[in-house]
Amino acid sequence: METRKRAVDGKQKATSPAIHIKDLRKVYIVSRQEAGTRAALQGLVQRRRLEIPAVDGISFDLAPGEIVGFLGPNGAGKTTTLKMLSGLLHPTAGEVTVLGYIPWKRERAFLRQITLVMGQRNQLVWDIPALHSFELNRAIYRIPQEDYRRILDELTELLELGPLLNKPVRNLSLGERMKCEIAAALLHRPSVVFLDEPTIGLDVTMQRRIRAFISEYNRRFGATVLLTSHYMADVEALCRRVVVIHHGRLLFDGDLSRLVQKFTAHKTIIVQLGDSRADLRSYGEVVSYADGRFTLRVPKAKTARVTERLLADLPVIDLLVEDPPIEEVIERVFAQENP
Amino acid sequence: MKALAELYAQQFKTTLAMMFQYRASLVIWMIGQVLEPLVYLIVWSVVSVSSGGSVGGYTTGDFAAYFIVLMLVNQFTYTWIMHEFEYRVREGNLSFALLKPVHPIHSDIADNVSSKLITLPIMILIAAGLALAFHASLSPTLWAVALFIPALLLAFIVRFLLEWTLALAAFWTTRVSAINQSYFLLMLFLSGQMAPLTLLPYPVQVVAGTLPFRWMIGFPVELLLGRLSLAEALQGLGIQAVWVLAGFVLLRIVWRAGVKVYSAVGA
Repeated sequence: METRKRAVDGKQKATSPAIHIKDLRKVYIVSRQEAGTRAALQGLVQRRRLEIPAVDGISFDLAPGEIVGFLGPNGAGKTTTLKMLSGLLHPTAGEVTVLGYIPWKRERAFLRQITLVMGQRNQLVWDIPALHSFELNRAIYRIPQEDYRRILDELTELLELGPLLNKPVRNLSLGERMKCEIAAALLHRPSVVFLDEPTIGLDVTMQRRIRAFISEYNRRFGATVLLTSHYMADVEALCRRVVVIHHGRLLFDGDLSRLVQKFTAHKTIIVQLGDSRADLRSYGEVVSYADGRFTLRVPKAKTARVTERLLADLPVIDLLVEDPPIEEVIERVFAQENP
Repeated sequence: MKALAELYAQQFKTTLAMMFQYRASLVIWMIGQVLEPLVYLIVWSVVSVSSGGSVGGYTTGDFAAYFIVLMLVNQFTYTWIMHEFEYRVREGNLSFALLKPVHPIHSDIADNVSSKLITLPIMILIAAGLALAFHASLSPTLWAVALFIPALLLAFIVRFLLEWTLALAAFWTTRVSAINQSYFLLMLFLSGQMAPLTLLPYPVQVVAGTLPFRWMIGFPVELLLGRLSLAEALQGLGIQAVWVLAGFVLLRIVWRAGVKVYSAVGA
């Protein structure tokens, strides 16, 4: 496990973290039942209780205004952590504070400053236009009329909500609904934003738009954002720093670029040759080949030497050295932990 | 307080919009609300006529009045929270509600009151029509009318608190329909919905009066029909007030315990 001294700039160094987690644990107790009638009857008398540690001792801090990508495969404990941070779940052990509040107490002053968006759940009233849900939130968060107007106009412009606000939510497409969900969640202008898979199931254009919006919201209002996503493009576009967890434990906390360095032993070399019949197997592993364009996988340490040799030996038209795609890196990170 | 009033006003608009969306099911639901007491009315009228015009102190016209007033009282005190809570817990909507800086009961109160304000005028018209059609005999004293109003309000509050508390069973089990079934069965029997309580065996009357059921429906109906003395009426109001208090305390305790369970096992 990696402990990391956060590299923050001078301005932020003095301020206390917006989010603080230390040795956080959440153990679910579930009663297990085997298949079969006999087991079912036994279950009536005596249930076998099983302890499942969903989050198993993780620690990290977020500075105010930071956007951090929270990564991990399904069941890694991401959502459980977000629920503990927003106050829906009571931690089994460890420390958690958000803006200095203990989340599970759900004090009003705390709730007014945070929001949780869950890509798979919705808070909008299904059968009526989203505008009604917005107005309800205005009343709930006691947003003054003039502020509400301004914020709504802003959100409408940034998310292009104009034509959607007066349509019943059930008639919106998934992407349109998600935009409205996000707007509803941000009307009270929270300074801490938890986003759980906000782009799940959306097409690429819509993902990009939501990404741009999150970035803009963070920039404009200096909000602290903790984001989980399965789409690495989201994370690459938004987060310099990532926190990776797996089986409830912290695997990595640091710059995205360092994650790539740390977990990849290989680089990808793409060469375009004038001679399409050349055999490059002696230079490295040929991953793909088409029309004189070769993709090679070579050990990181050898990259420079192989490049040199390629350029010296062959009629190279074009040559590109790349890190492997981030998806691949992440996959490898999880694979290492999961032999 | 002002902020809460604002929230209630907003919820009223939302409820109105929702009811407008569900016009067809609203009509069907209202037909149900009318049909059930109507069935009992007809059954008891037949019984009454065949036994010489009255049963247990109720004339045929009295039965008509009883079930028509009951229909209105039921409409006024009815809630649908018990059906909804299971869905809320299962679908995770409750999580969103818990993250709002206001107790979720407020939107339920506002929602219920709103829908009553919208449906009640129609129900009163229907009731008036039925009263004419079935020759209901209703001539309440002035004090009975005056006391009927607080009795009705208290009945609503008792029923609301109790059903909200029972709905919280969804925190502990995902199969609350069994609880709902038993509750509605008891309700039918012990609240006076199926028959005036005085027609039931004495032990049943005692049970109905000891439990909150009579105070949620039967009591205001009996009061308006002039079946109670002034002393009985005042005593009834007192018992209702005690149930309001008990219901409130119970709700707070169960809510806290439920939320604790919810935040322990995951939302």
